[in-house]
Amino acid sequence: MPSDVLSSVPHEPGVAKPDPILVVGEVRRSFGGLRAVDVDHLEIQRGTITSLIGPNGAGKTTLFNLLTGFDRVDEGNWHLDGGALVGIPSFRVARKGVVRTFQLTKSLARLTVLENMMVAAKDQVGESFWGALFGRWRHIEAANEIRAIAALERFGLAHMQDEYAGSLSGGQRKLLEMARALMVDPEVIMLDEPMAGVNPALTQTLLDHISALRDDGKTVVFVEHDMDVVQEISEWVVVMSQGRVIAEGPPASIAQNREVIDAYLGLRHGETA
Amino acid sequence: MDWSKILIDAGRAAIGVPAAAYAISAMGLNLQFGYTGLLNFGHVGSMLVGAYGLAITVDRGGPFWLGIIVGIIFALILGLLLGIPTLRLRADYLAIVTIAAGEILRLTVRSSWAAPVTKGIFGIQRFADDFFDVNPIPAGLYGIGRFRFDERTVWVMLLGWGLVAVISLFMWKLIRSPWGRAIRAIREDEDAALSLGKNVFGYKLQSLMVGGAIGALAGMFLAIDQQNVTPDAYIPLITFYAFTIVILGGPGTLLGPITGSMIFWFLFELLDGVMTTLIVDMELPVLSAFDATDVGPIRFALFGLGLMWLMVFRPQGIFGSREEMLIDAQ
Repeated sequence: MPSDVLSSVPHEPGVAKPDPILVVGEVRRSFGGLRAVDVDHLEIQRGTITSLIGPNGAGKTTLFNLLTGFDRVDEGNWHLDGGALVGIPSFRVARKGVVRTFQLTKSLARLTVLENMMVAAKDQVGESFWGALFGRWRHIEAANEIRAIAALERFGLAHMQDEYAGSLSGGQRKLLEMARALMVDPEVIMLDEPMAGVNPALTQTLLDHISALRDDGKTVVFVEHDMDVVQEISEWVVVMSQGRVIAEGPPASIAQNREVIDAYLGLRHGETA
Repeated sequence: MDWSKILIDAGRAAIGVPAAAYAISAMGLNLQFGYTGLLNFGHVGSMLVGAYGLAITVDRGGPFWLGIIVGIIFALILGLLLGIPTLRLRADYLAIVTIAAGEILRLTVRSSWAAPVTKGIFGIQRFADDFFDVNPIPAGLYGIGRFRFDERTVWVMLLGWGLVAVISLFMWKLIRSPWGRAIRAIREDEDAALSLGKNVFGYKLQSLMVGGAIGALAGMFLAIDQQNVTPDAYIPLITFYAFTIVILGGPGTLLGPITGSMIFWFLFELLDGVMTTLIVDMELPVLSAFDATDVGPIRFALFGLGLMWLMVFRPQGIFGSREEMLIDAQ
């Protein structure tokens, strides 16, 4: 269990991990006068599930957008396996092995479920203009299709492969988005509130799938604002508040952390949810 | 009312030179709008640079074939110039920039400043003699009864529908490839495509350029038929004809632009025939307020009504799938 690796890591913000895959340093992003993200140091341990939690407006999604190239940073640096990722456009970040999903599910509605999967595969020469016209891409396509169908089976969507993705239910779209992210063959999967808007009956299924990604050797980082959801599956929890990392540690220690209770859990009692 | 005459004339229009030209033009727009989701409201600009590229090259003593290449290169450059600043922005900016660019191009070739090259408002004539000189079809009329074309028209139609066939094959190959799937993914959701490692900007630029080159072929073809380019033939209305055709046939379908164009010109000619008969020949009392010069405007009004009806009852066009159309794009 990878969590054993983290058992000797101190429970403090910005702590170094034994084998970090993603290292973030001095990242700042402001919108006008509001400093949305102000992270001094953060390391993500390879092969674990790390949850990024915090109240609404804590800067979780903004940090996600920065790390995946969907937003521009004011200053800062971050590395994937030692390679700098700063200033790299989002599509290249994905090719380097960091794939994200979105809080509002982005299924490609008028593509079939299978096409949604196929379009995510990397290194298809037929995706270049000249390659499409003159390249030999059919054998790559056949190999990708085998992978795609296997992934769809795993996520329980194989029977829908010829349906338009737009005709899937909300939960099925979340599953498709996760399966599709796998087609990119990423090192790190970043899930932005995968449980948001999902029927509670499906939450457990999604959690099982997220655990399975970790068991496959992927590093999973996911954003969630519901503390209870992350307790069960994450090995490490990073808490953000007002753009800063205020606490880190295994789920059990976070629940007792005074600062977290003040900044986050205390606030939660005031919410209707 | 002589229905057979009206129907035959409409049938001639459905397979005629404008139908072929607009089928080609609509195929280019369909790549941009139907498959990639780019709102290009300046498609006529591609047709203009294609036609002028050919006409100017020949006018300055260049060979005909070189004129064709120059026309295509002009269209590719136009796509680059329009795409680079706008394609990173939201979709509506492209629409605004392209509609303006089309008008800027028309006004530029029309200006006295450009007249030494473009011949200003009078345009350039007789630059396609090389094409008509090699017409292998013997003089005469081909067809049955009123449904007949002379050898010149047959030669132009052969070129036009031949081009339609070749471009269709090209589009078929392109759209059914992983490249085609990637541009459709971009049409659905750019952020999702980015998160899956697709170079969205690059694809949109390619789509804009290739669609523009196809539009240039349509412009050249029309100019060849007329042996004439004049700036005021390239008004924004031409773009909206192409949009009407794409939507009529079904955006994002391979055959849509071709059938769309044939139906468009069939109906156009049919309405013209019926209106002329009712107003001019029969002098119907209810229509006595109108005369022959009103036929054109009334025809446009009816066309607009027809397009509205289409958007309400069959928004997916003739070939589009209703199921696909009804999926909410979130």
